[in-house]
Amino acid sequence: MTRGRWIVLALLVVAAGLAVAAFWPRAPQWTAEERAAIAGLWIGNLPPLPADPSNRVADDPAAAALGHRLFFDTRFSANGEVACATCHLPEKDFQDGLALGEGVGVANRRTMPLAGTAYSPWLFWDGRADSQWAQALGPLENPVEHGGNRTYFAHLISELYREEYEAVFGPLPDLSHLPRLAGPVDDPAVQAAWEAMTPADQEAVNRVFANMGKAIAAYERHLNPGPARFDAYAQALIGGDARAMREALTLDEVAGLRLFIGEANCIQCHNGPLLTNNDFHNTGVPAVADLPEDTGRAAGAQLVLADPFNCVGPYSDADASQCAELRFMLAEGEQLVRQYKPPSLRNVGDRDPFMHAGQFITLGEVLIHYNVAPAAPAGESELEPLGLSQEEMMQIIAFLRALSGPIHAETKWLQAPE
Amino acid sequence: VEAPNSRLTDNGLYRISFTSALDPIAINELHSWTLHVETADGQPVDDALITVDGGMPGHGHGLPTQPQVTQNLGNGNYLLEGVRFQMPGAWVMRFDVAADGQSDGVTFELALQ
Repeated sequence: MTRGRWIVLALLVVAAGLAVAAFWPRAPQWTAEERAAIAGLWIGNLPPLPADPSNRVADDPAAAALGHRLFFDTRFSANGEVACATCHLPEKDFQDGLALGEGVGVANRRTMPLAGTAYSPWLFWDGRADSQWAQALGPLENPVEHGGNRTYFAHLISELYREEYEAVFGPLPDLSHLPRLAGPVDDPAVQAAWEAMTPADQEAVNRVFANMGKAIAAYERHLNPGPARFDAYAQALIGGDARAMREALTLDEVAGLRLFIGEANCIQCHNGPLLTNNDFHNTGVPAVADLPEDTGRAAGAQLVLADPFNCVGPYSDADASQCAELRFMLAEGEQLVRQYKPPSLRNVGDRDPFMHAGQFITLGEVLIHYNVAPAAPAGESELEPLGLSQEEMMQIIAFLRALSGPIHAETKWLQAPE
Repeated sequence: VEAPNSRLTDNGLYRISFTSALDPIAINELHSWTLHVETADGQPVDDALITVDGGMPGHGHGLPTQPQVTQNLGNGNYLLEGVRFQMPGAWVMRFDVAADGQSDGVTFELALQ
């Protein structure tokens, strides 16, 4: 090869290099503010599990083992076919994929996923419970979920789990003189039987019932979210590893992340490592025609204040001074009407349909809703129209699908007990 | 230039300052503040009644909790409990002080990440 040909070849190589550089997708650049926002969503910044002073057995392994068995036991229902795990299916992120939960009947709300709920000061879509254990009691007596009543459950505990229960909570009270079915539920006969019981007997049954919730909560504390592809990206960004960033997310997903923390305002409510602020917001989600009127947090705030199983109630193990969430709760006001809790967006891509009554079938419908920002059926929607293009909405959806990861828990907790 | 956490009230009657137990203030954490109230010439105000309001004016919503002054710590200091901000952005906190038959208030602006 002559010297001239070498030069031509060298020039061609340089030209090709320039062409590649011009068209090669550039690594995304993030401002310091955006980096802080992304780090704020990273699962590595999830704090240690907060203590639950209202549940003295929250971290007791024997309580968790008992709760695990109760969670999967269908005998604790009116028809013997419904357990917590009927709607909170471990293989489906502890939810059921249905618009409305189906127990012994059909519920008015969508089943919520469970991972990470130990971090939330409020449980249920409307926050009508203030601990995992108080939450667990609601479905047990709901006529369309387990459809049972607390005296029946107390009898079952004494017949089926006496040893395990007493090892954790001490001796069971004498229940032999109590009716089989009694509790403050809708069924008039069951309610009348409850009202005929002495206050001391009611108290004793309430305590067994509360302890069931505390055991179930001790189990549920083991269910927490694990890292998703997004977390690999965030970790690589924090560590300055451009190659790992490229491997973690596609350019569309990165564009979706940029919109999520920026123009689309998702991060206002879906913030922190669980991608929820665990607060309450009216986003103008449509009402479902066939369901009763639903005022969301406006009703939920009153219900949690009145709940005998709340943090300041007689069955809580906390001092009132440890119940700051309840003490300083916003209890009244127009702003609460049709507010609902933003669920964690971890695994949201595997969790259709969406919203508190499964109003939207696809993430596309969800994005269109936020983009259009329709008026709320009651109260005031906090949304403003976003003006996103179809491509931008698709990018956000791509990003949401990068939030899926396995639940971080020992395998034994992710299946029925042996 | 005034420190961002110390301001004269709207009509100049008092100076109010705050210290957050959570510093820097992070979102989604319930925490408390200590408020200090003094007269414009620097005398601590020990018998103040303090009301609290706030929110995000840009979003048209108020505070997610109902913070309250729960304790008079003496020497013009008051414990404010139940503060939480649940999203990043521009927040305001408004304190109205009534003492010795007079009242005045001030609004603080906070930019949270």
